Amino acid sequence: MRKNMDIHAARWDEPFIMQLGTPGERGMFLPAVEDAIYQETGDVLDTIPASLKRETRPVLPEVSQPRVVRHFLRLSQMTMGLDLTPDISQGTCTMKYSPKINESFCKSPKMTSIHPYQDEDTVQGILKLVYNLRNILCEISGMEDFSFQPGGGSQAIYTNACIIRAYHAANGQGQQRNEIITTTYSHPVDAAAPHTAGYKIIQLLPEENGYPSVKALKSALSERTAGLMITNPEDTGIFNPHIQEFVDLVHEAGGLCAYDQANANGILGIARARDAGFDMCHFNLHKTFSSPHGCIGPGCGAVGVKEELIRFLPLPAIIFDGEKYHIDYDCPDSIGKVRSFLGNIQVVVRSYAWIMSLGADGLKRVAEIAVLNNNYLTNRIAGIKGVVLPYPDSGNRLEQTRFSWGELQEETGVNTEDVRRRIVDYGLQSYHTSHYPIIIPEPFTLEPSETFSKEDLDLYVDIFSKVSQEAYEDPKLVKTAPHRSSTEQVDVSVCDDPETWAMTWRAFQRKHQEG
Amino acid sequence: MSKNPNFVHPYIPNSASAVEQDMLQEVSESAAENLYKVIPQQLKLNRRLDLPEPFFSEYELKKHVQSILDQNKSCEEYVSFLGAGCWQHYVPAVCDEVNNRAEFLTAYWGDTYSDFGKWQAMFEYQSMMGELLDMEVVSTPTYDWSSAVSSALMMSARITGRSEALVVSTTGAERLMHMRNFCHDNMEIKLLQCHPNTGLIDLEDLQTKVSSNTAAVYFENPGFLGFMESQGSQIAEIAHAVGSLIVVGVDPSSLGIMAPPITYGADIVCGDAQPFGNHMNYGGGVCGFIATRDEERFVAEYPTILISIAAGKTEKEWGFGQCTHDRTSYVRRDLSPDFIGTSQWLCAITAAVYLSLMGPAGMVELGEGIMQRCAYAMKKISGIEGAVIPLMATPHFKEFVVDFNASGKMVAEINKKLLNKGIFGGKDLSKDFPELGQSALYCVTEIHTKDDIDNLVKALEEVLA
Repeated sequence: MRKNMDIHAARWDEPFIMQLGTPGERGMFLPAVEDAIYQETGDVLDTIPASLKRETRPVLPEVSQPRVVRHFLRLSQMTMGLDLTPDISQGTCTMKYSPKINESFCKSPKMTSIHPYQDEDTVQGILKLVYNLRNILCEISGMEDFSFQPGGGSQAIYTNACIIRAYHAANGQGQQRNEIITTTYSHPVDAAAPHTAGYKIIQLLPEENGYPSVKALKSALSERTAGLMITNPEDTGIFNPHIQEFVDLVHEAGGLCAYDQANANGILGIARARDAGFDMCHFNLHKTFSSPHGCIGPGCGAVGVKEELIRFLPLPAIIFDGEKYHIDYDCPDSIGKVRSFLGNIQVVVRSYAWIMSLGADGLKRVAEIAVLNNNYLTNRIAGIKGVVLPYPDSGNRLEQTRFSWGELQEETGVNTEDVRRRIVDYGLQSYHTSHYPIIIPEPFTLEPSETFSKEDLDLYVDIFSKVSQEAYEDPKLVKTAPHRSSTEQVDVSVCDDPETWAMTWRAFQRKHQEG
Repeated sequence: MSKNPNFVHPYIPNSASAVEQDMLQEVSESAAENLYKVIPQQLKLNRRLDLPEPFFSEYELKKHVQSILDQNKSCEEYVSFLGAGCWQHYVPAVCDEVNNRAEFLTAYWGDTYSDFGKWQAMFEYQSMMGELLDMEVVSTPTYDWSSAVSSALMMSARITGRSEALVVSTTGAERLMHMRNFCHDNMEIKLLQCHPNTGLIDLEDLQTKVSSNTAAVYFENPGFLGFMESQGSQIAEIAHAVGSLIVVGVDPSSLGIMAPPITYGADIVCGDAQPFGNHMNYGGGVCGFIATRDEERFVAEYPTILISIAAGKTEKEWGFGQCTHDRTSYVRRDLSPDFIGTSQWLCAITAAVYLSLMGPAGMVELGEGIMQRCAYAMKKISGIEGAVIPLMATPHFKEFVVDFNASGKMVAEINKKLLNKGIFGGKDLSKDFPELGQSALYCVTEIHTKDDIDNLVKALEEVLA
């Protein structure tokens, strides 16, 4: 049987769109302005003040419609979406199947062609979906209200940091409580977002089990503590069993606890943020709840809070009076806006539909199978020559695992970036190595969500074994990869040098093609 | 079926019991739930989640969700004059075709070796936006225009080492709220007064307020209220004289006919690419951008990922990489002054498709078509008893204020009556701009026909009579 290993990625040698077409070609007509309008107004372009008149036409491509279609379809073919590959590679990202039926809802004019400032009587359907998902996520997390305004996980973390800030300010402790505690293995934005919000950040280092000790937390706590912002299981897939004690200690010190549940795929229906004492949390709807990742968005970071913090949520609130849904801007304590309008509501619709296709038992099955998939994969990957499983005594991993190619690197000189490029030659997505800082040598992080079959996992392991073997037998082959991708290996140092970096075609031409 | 915890689900291949048993054997467990022994018992939920009963068949699910969505009234059924940061433009079928391609829809962070096409499409987006804006550096998407401005103001603060921004008072209320929350204690936002008769910035007020503390002066073109700010060069001269930067927000659908802000002195330009082929999606189609000249001091302060061309082995071969990834929150963590994550990339790819289709001629026609229809609507509405266009003398693009104070009627009341006539009236400004009293912000784009506008005028005449 064919195994999807002997492949070559599409390679169209496609020019840039700016190089295509000929002057005068065009891809689209717009409705012409009626003569009667001209007769009434005259040529309004003459009314533009001289200082605001565009002197020269923008140098955009002039390309016919079929060539534009061909161009972007070729580019799409050179993009390895999850629908085309068992994307186990992007650990921490919860790559999973996004059901096609849910896309049909997002293509409906009842979704695409509604405006955020329409009269609320005309958007009762969308408000009902938002409200229903709010109720469902409250039950899944134990929280008491949700906002879908943040456009991604990072913005959700930031929103939680703003709520922590508003809470302490309301208690007259805003100046005093100026520190947020996080862990080194939490997502980088658990440090960056509260820092953006004005906090000093204390990062707790992992100890021998892979997570920080209660003792380390205690020494970080003080009357300056505003809160704890933490992922669990952390990036490594290891669950910190002392989490309850962490939360209790932060509460005793007067801080709030925010649970970064961007990826909650391993614990749906198993454990809830509020039951562990967390005051707030967030879910990435584009991860755990199946909305497609869209080449890095649109996503949604749904922020959930306990009763006492509802008043600080971004405005407006969506409320239900038993008959009708309302958009309520009367939120005097709200942190205000973190994003315009109500967020990426199309993402909310998909997640609602996904949950309604599974129900309570289905969600629990998602979690259990995701964890089983990962444990199966972890066992098998850890058996590959050159791979080391860090923190081997820390119990089984939940939904994701960080591994190390440190041994491979020492023995063959092939490092994790080399392997990362080489697996693309076998039709796999390039994997996530690690968030910064790099603690585990030559890291890679895998996450086989419930979407993937045993056959997918076995293929994945076979490819990794093959690449390991190649590294020991012919390291140059791996180091010079990719060989069957849409592109050759490139020198990215160009991108860090002001003399050579080029973010636009015009900069590229100026720096690389003139003279 | 629903009560059985071991049911097989179409989205979960390994839920079939035979394969599950095989896998459990590999991990030496008798049941999947045993893999949760790492979670302390007292943290576990010892009951079934109390959720609505699911619809296992796709048919039932479709009926359920679509029937709720169908309760919405869309801008295809009604004629809408709503804008205010989310605009109804024509979305070419090719944009939908590319936007819905599974390869793009279901990809995520893959790099140039696995997602080469995504990187090229994004580089082309940056490049075409760069042509429109006449700037060499354009960001990958921020969450929206508001996020772009807030980040740009903070960039200005870091570049200048100062902590005050002067922001035009006609900025939309929600955007201003975003800036105030984002800049918080790091930067003070002071409002610049405008002339009531023209809407233009009061240069004397600007002169009084700029100082050696000013990091940035922010205004928009066209402004939130739709009129053009023609004093850009003078504003820039005053701001630059004290070492402040100029940040300009721009609706890029105007850039076929309006000068890019760099020509009148902008240092950082922000805005939203939603008009370029992205559906309104109830506000979910936004796509913020930040653009600057190609100078190290600017590039060093971008919060977003910046895609750069990377050299290949031969001059003909090029790939893509991230420009100075070390400056992002992914690397800087606790020292990062801003952050980035999943934003609106698919909207940017869609915008690239749109700009490729439109080309230079299309963008000129788009701008002209909007401005012409807008002028027609303003002229016609100004002739209605009880409706006044307060800034009639100032040229507008796409949006304009209609003042209903003379009619003695509330905007809310007017809009309810328009609704009965199949029209979504303009955004009620009475709460956000109380000084304007009962006024509304109307939006006219290339999708509006003369009949649409004439019908609005007729409906307003009836409602105001």
